[in-house]
Amino acid sequence: MAEQALKGIRAFLLRRQGRKRLTAADVVTYLYLLAGVGVMFGPVVWLVMSSFKSQASLYNFPPTFFPYRQETVTLPGYAEPLALYDITFADGTTRRLAQVSRVGIAARMIDPADPEGGLLDVNLREIQDRKPVQSVFFDTTNYSGGVESFPFVNYLKNSVVVTVLATLLTLLINSMAAFGLSKYRYRGRDAIFLVMISTLMVPISVILIPAFLVITQVGWVNNLWGVIIPGAATPTGVFLLRQYMLTLPDELLESARIDGASEWRIYWQIVLPLAAPALAVLTIFSVMWRWNDFLWPLIVLNHSELFTLQVGLNAFQGALNVQWHYILAMTVLTLLPITIVFALLQRYITSGIATTGMK
Amino acid sequence: MNKRFAFAVLVIVALIAMALPISAQGDVVELHITWYDDGTEGAVLRDLLDRFEAEHPNIKVVIDTVAYADLHTLLQAQVETGEAPDMARITFPARFLGNYLDLTPYVADPQYWLDNIPEAVLGSMQADAEDTGIYGYPTQFTVTGPFINVTLFEQAGVEIPADDATWEEWVAAATAVSEALSDSETTIYPVAIDRTGHRFWGPSLSRCATYINEDGTFTVDTPGFRSTAEMIIGWHNDGLMPADVWGGSAGNYVPAAPYFIGGQLVLYMSGSWQVGNFATNIGDLFDWKVIPNPSGDCGATGVPGGALTVAFADTEHPEEVGMVMDYLFSEDVIAEFYARTLFLPGHLGLIEKGVAYESNAEALNAFASMIPNLMPEAYALQYHPKGPDLNTAIRDRLSQVIAGEMTLDEAIERIQADMDALFAAASS
Amino acid sequence: MTMRRAEPRRKKRRMNELLERALFRPYAALMTLVEVVIDPIQRLIGQRRMGYFFVLPNLLVFGIFILFPMLLNFYYGFTAGNSILPQNREFVGTANLEALFNCTDFANPNTCQHDRFWRAVGNTSGFVVFQVGIMVIFALITALALNRDIRARGFFRGVFFYPVLLSPVVVALIWKWMLQPEGIFNGVLVSTGLERMDFLTDPTQARLWVIIVSVWAQMGFHTLILLAGLQSIPKELYEAAWMDGAGAWRSFRSVTLPLLMPTMVVVLVLSLIRAVQVFDQVYVLTTGGPGTATLYMVQYIFQTAFDRRDFGVAAAASLVLAVVLLFLTLFQLRLGRTSEIA
Repeated sequence: MAEQALKGIRAFLLRRQGRKRLTAADVVTYLYLLAGVGVMFGPVVWLVMSSFKSQASLYNFPPTFFPYRQETVTLPGYAEPLALYDITFADGTTRRLAQVSRVGIAARMIDPADPEGGLLDVNLREIQDRKPVQSVFFDTTNYSGGVESFPFVNYLKNSVVVTVLATLLTLLINSMAAFGLSKYRYRGRDAIFLVMISTLMVPISVILIPAFLVITQVGWVNNLWGVIIPGAATPTGVFLLRQYMLTLPDELLESARIDGASEWRIYWQIVLPLAAPALAVLTIFSVMWRWNDFLWPLIVLNHSELFTLQVGLNAFQGALNVQWHYILAMTVLTLLPITIVFALLQRYITSGIATTGMK
Repeated sequence: MNKRFAFAVLVIVALIAMALPISAQGDVVELHITWYDDGTEGAVLRDLLDRFEAEHPNIKVVIDTVAYADLHTLLQAQVETGEAPDMARITFPARFLGNYLDLTPYVADPQYWLDNIPEAVLGSMQADAEDTGIYGYPTQFTVTGPFINVTLFEQAGVEIPADDATWEEWVAAATAVSEALSDSETTIYPVAIDRTGHRFWGPSLSRCATYINEDGTFTVDTPGFRSTAEMIIGWHNDGLMPADVWGGSAGNYVPAAPYFIGGQLVLYMSGSWQVGNFATNIGDLFDWKVIPNPSGDCGATGVPGGALTVAFADTEHPEEVGMVMDYLFSEDVIAEFYARTLFLPGHLGLIEKGVAYESNAEALNAFASMIPNLMPEAYALQYHPKGPDLNTAIRDRLSQVIAGEMTLDEAIERIQADMDALFAAASS
Repeated sequence: MTMRRAEPRRKKRRMNELLERALFRPYAALMTLVEVVIDPIQRLIGQRRMGYFFVLPNLLVFGIFILFPMLLNFYYGFTAGNSILPQNREFVGTANLEALFNCTDFANPNTCQHDRFWRAVGNTSGFVVFQVGIMVIFALITALALNRDIRARGFFRGVFFYPVLLSPVVVALIWKWMLQPEGIFNGVLVSTGLERMDFLTDPTQARLWVIIVSVWAQMGFHTLILLAGLQSIPKELYEAAWMDGAGAWRSFRSVTLPLLMPTMVVVLVLSLIRAVQVFDQVYVLTTGGPGTATLYMVQYIFQTAFDRRDFGVAAAASLVLAVVLLFLTLFQLRLGRTSEIA
């Protein structure tokens, strides 16, 4: 059995197109890529592991990979479960004891095997060692405690509404503009295009104040539209789609016109389906932008029922105290939806960007 | 396709789109309060408001919790553009002067408010000397002061210094504790101070720094300021203080509380608001206690402070806001709030009567006993309109000295220049 | 063998057709509905002017929410005061710009009136050079590895792309957690008997880690683009090079590199622009510290405006940034033209 399995692995590793043997270059390639898997996934795996650690064990140093929990025992006469410790006494003997209470350096302990034996007073300075008894345990209290003040479902709903509506709107108005800029000749066309492109690179964080001022004048503070609409007219999207539409032959449009198709019909029935690859890429971009958007929603949305996931996560960093145990758990929740979507659509997303990404 | 049918569908789609923005509807008045959390006070407030809402089914109060680092920034933008929330918990009242709602006509008994809010607090929300309005109430009173980890002292066998010890004596003792207990796996830091100029004020005033000139402007360069700055820079150079507190940021408040909670810090300079945090997060891990502010040549002062809950004039429902504020500041409710959050009271009546804390009364009383000894200069700084700016400048410039970007002389020159520019801009 | 393989493939194609139809039907119905409104518009303004109509929605949103704020920001750069409202701001001409450039020695930020601005300029320049350099090299190596005849290419491609999807806030929190003094990295160091390190509190280390984190987060995107460039190089060219007796290194230098150049230019410019704009990730990771070691341009502008309420100087600084970005854009257009010729 084992021999066969080994053969299988060997065959897998050595099989290459044309049944050539694995060369040194191949080995280096695989090693590099496997190291890449570690580097790219490692931090996320560490985050997930940490998020299952209890608040106390989060600060244990050096940290352990798996989350542990303190073993406890329930004894008659004690309402609460008692924590177990391995105590090494000064004479070198070791006993497993349950701690009833502890003040400063004096611990009051009891032998769980012999509860009738009475309480033992242990002076922590007079013993050699005191180790808590621990076992691997995925503690979910960070999650259950976190969601009490982190309405995940509500934030998720807002994030989804913003992402979906903004992406649909972006696709619509960007493709219309790209169509208008690539397939018509009229005065001012090139000027419009140039002005849009010249703003391609100015980050929103730089014009935050005047942009916010405009939003207040429109009355979209604390309104999801205030996040959805301003981001929709992305110059990048217009640029990407226009470059793609320029490659579509004009004759196609002309013959449709001769057949009596209206301009709108030409747009949706001919141009859009042909531009589908570019639209797919813009969809991916737009979803990424909107989902991860942080600064703008933070300024526009002040009512907690409207927070998106990123804003909610930021609000979690408390005022005078950093609550890492909750932040870790809620970070995991925040990255979960996009990770699931990516796991399902990975092939389409990566090959989409790779093939049509930047023409 | 049937055109009339098409049109009908279009109309329906448009209607749905217009209904999408989530807004309060019906007869219920929805009020918003912008809040930040140090510990459990948000949950306590929610609990108290739930009771209020049960009695007043036509009023709903929503708590919008934001990160403290963003709080004043966000409010600034909202206030300037007329989009302020109905109420907010803030710590820099000078920033929004003239934008608060005068509660006098909306509360049942204005005299009760005037009698129970300390004068300095009341004045900090008023635009000028003629202003007699009531704009909010103190959510808590705070005093800055140090904590020590008693268990670490005991384990190291180091004697705890006397109450009138100086900073040098305290840090020497804490260093002895750290040296006795640190090994390759655990570093126990002797001392840490939060990353804020506000925490710096107390020690520097005790060491004879003076800040405020007769005309209200600031002078930074005093021997007391220098010696305190040198002391804190020295803590970093000698590795006595965890580097990421002051070093981990270039523009924010950063607390060192996680080190203290983790049992890795002997002496922690912070303040009374940490008591609730320590009560929940330290539990019986170790024993800790509040110690008096270390002495300098001019005194042993902490700095007062606190958060206020204010109402903003932009509100569309001043009457309902008045009812909510009246409820929250009523003696029973605010007493319960202080008792459950382990906050020092900012309500004069309760300061006199005392608050029945659920736990840790000893630590809170230790802080309360510091209040009579606070230097008048500490109050003056705290309620100076440019105090927050001085706080920021000290914090960021000293950080630059610690990072090796400039000398202390250059930093002092910079802080002075920053402050002078501020006063010049205000007077022009 | 071939028969068995064709079966699922045909099934898959049928699935795709079904899916397409399911998506296209409602789309067509909706668009036909909209036609009812838009065709009369065409009759009204004429076919030739429909170009305006198509550009209009995007132009409106763009004009109101991007262009107008930009112009307003431009105006802010020449005013002073603490008010957000333009009508309450005092016009001061070029005073803000002059203050920014008020330096006795440009090499030493301490001699400048706005020393933080010049520190931010210096830090940003350093970040741009190293971040772009390191990222493009690693993206190229990864793309070359993925372009080889390997198994599970789709999986590996996905792995390298995954961090690109994570939000800057999430990326920063993940790394902050690992780099903190009691984090995993120091844990490993101490366990192996080494000294602890100050990852985020030593200025040089902090700058280094900020670069590493942003390379980690963005590399996958550029890898994909480079991979696409590599795959568009015709196989015959390599065969020809091989026939001529060229080794691996020679064929890389004489075939791969020149033909990849246009894609490289795109990647370079895109990453350059993103590097100049670096902000939110670093903001959550180090907030610019220690001291001002990782304070970059956009954060300087953001903090000057919001924390210090000096909108005038912030806007003036953003004008300087805009000039730099405009220069890079022109650079891109120029390179774009030359790369098209190539």
